[in-house]
Amino acid sequence: MKAFTYERVSSPAQAVAAVARNPGAKFIAGGTNLLDLMKLQIETPTHLVDINSLKLDGIEATPEGGLRIGALMRNTDLAADERIRRDYGVLSRALLAGASGQLRNRATTAGNLLQRTRCPYFYDTAHPCNKREPGSGCSALDGVSRQLGVVGVSEACIATNPSDMAVAMRALDATIETVDADGKTRAIPIAEFHRLPGDTPHVETVLDPGELITAVTLPPPVGGKQVYRKVRDRASYAFALVSVAAIVQPDGTGRVALGGVAHKPWRIEGADAELSRGAKAAAAALLADAKPTRDNAFKLPLVERTIATVLTEARA
Amino acid sequence: MVGSDDLNLNRRDLMVGAGACAAMPAMPGTAKAQPGPDGNPVEFQVSLTVNGKSHTRNVDTRTTLLDLLRENLHLTGTKKGCDHGQCGACTVIVDGRRINSCLTLAVMQEGSSVTTIEGLGQPDNLHPMQAAFIKHDGYQCGYCTPGQICSSVAMLEEIKAGIPSHVTADLLAPVQPTETEMRERMSGNICRCGAYSNIVEAITEVVERQG
Repeated sequence: MKAFTYERVSSPAQAVAAVARNPGAKFIAGGTNLLDLMKLQIETPTHLVDINSLKLDGIEATPEGGLRIGALMRNTDLAADERIRRDYGVLSRALLAGASGQLRNRATTAGNLLQRTRCPYFYDTAHPCNKREPGSGCSALDGVSRQLGVVGVSEACIATNPSDMAVAMRALDATIETVDADGKTRAIPIAEFHRLPGDTPHVETVLDPGELITAVTLPPPVGGKQVYRKVRDRASYAFALVSVAAIVQPDGTGRVALGGVAHKPWRIEGADAELSRGAKAAAAALLADAKPTRDNAFKLPLVERTIATVLTEARA
Repeated sequence: MVGSDDLNLNRRDLMVGAGACAAMPAMPGTAKAQPGPDGNPVEFQVSLTVNGKSHTRNVDTRTTLLDLLRENLHLTGTKKGCDHGQCGACTVIVDGRRINSCLTLAVMQEGSSVTTIEGLGQPDNLHPMQAAFIKHDGYQCGYCTPGQICSSVAMLEEIKAGIPSHVTADLLAPVQPTETEMRERMSGNICRCGAYSNIVEAITEVVERQG
């Protein structure tokens, strides 16, 4: 780990000012991903701003009838919140499908949204990686790519976003609230929050440098049967090969988002419209522009079969 | 061609080099001094409670809670396995919650209350979970055991608190401490000897005794 200076702050204003003052600074909350990457010198901040005392760990009702989740709410607490379990079951299920009990106790809502890819070449500093070293090349294109992306990929990067939580939030149309160093706040729909890799896979979100996530808001409950199904190499504590978050209404209409297939939670509004026609139609719309590798072409039929399983469960 | 001066190591240089080699195995994976932003390691003070005892230490900011426990406080019951949050050997209980002590900085634990395996019980005063692990042979080499036991104790508290898991069938019903629930919830603790079935028996006995 490279040496760094450290400070604790107690308000969002102090936090963004501290990062603005220190080039090379990063916020740290749970730290479960950042410290992992710092040990490997993939992340090398020169200053850490500890935001754990910001009191952004609550959850409250919004005037619109939805919920506002504090950025620092731990994954365990969010998954266990009674309102989330009752009205946003797909989010509870997605959180509980991710990581381990120990990690969920530390990992925060905002940190989960910002976690980096688990592409093995991103982690392996002996190999080129455009995400780690822009312009160095992508080792995954001709490498081991079984776990990697099949849609929205580019010639520069086929990494996937590893989050389960974000897939459920995409199905729920969550909004991400932020504040920047000038005190300016904005609300970013989750559909626009994560970027596709394109030519700049190292730029993963639309956040500006030093911009701080303060909350994630959920719209009023949409009801329906809410299902999160994660397919992985072992039954627990593994990243998704494919995951499906679905909200299915009694009339068969609904929403569907995918994890494990793209650089961001993958949802195509056109696929929602196909959902009542069945898994084949919905999967075809979601994967219309798929460009799998030989290693991960299995994900295409796996998506269709997983949607089929989810629809069966939702209609049971 | 190498100049003769390059080969003229004096005896002292040679011993310094040999000493550095000999010292390396004694400090596996601890934060090593590297130049900080201004060329030096950075120290920061942290105060926390470990097993009921208060400690204040100046530490290199890179020190993880795990390294603080083992290297500074000499509480070596907590083990370093992967040092990346994947194995669970470093599991301790912080403010009632189990966490990977390798993935949090010591300086981030200002004011925290930490319980390690040494705080759960001692050889003449075992915690019920420690006694159950011994009775059911819930280990072989024992390296993962402190993490398994700290994780088990906190895991049962999570069930009591009604926190659901991936295998909980009904998110709105009370959570039951079934074997399926325990196995899922312990997936962050790896046992390479494969003592899992005995670990489950040990935890089950504690559950049954608690009623």
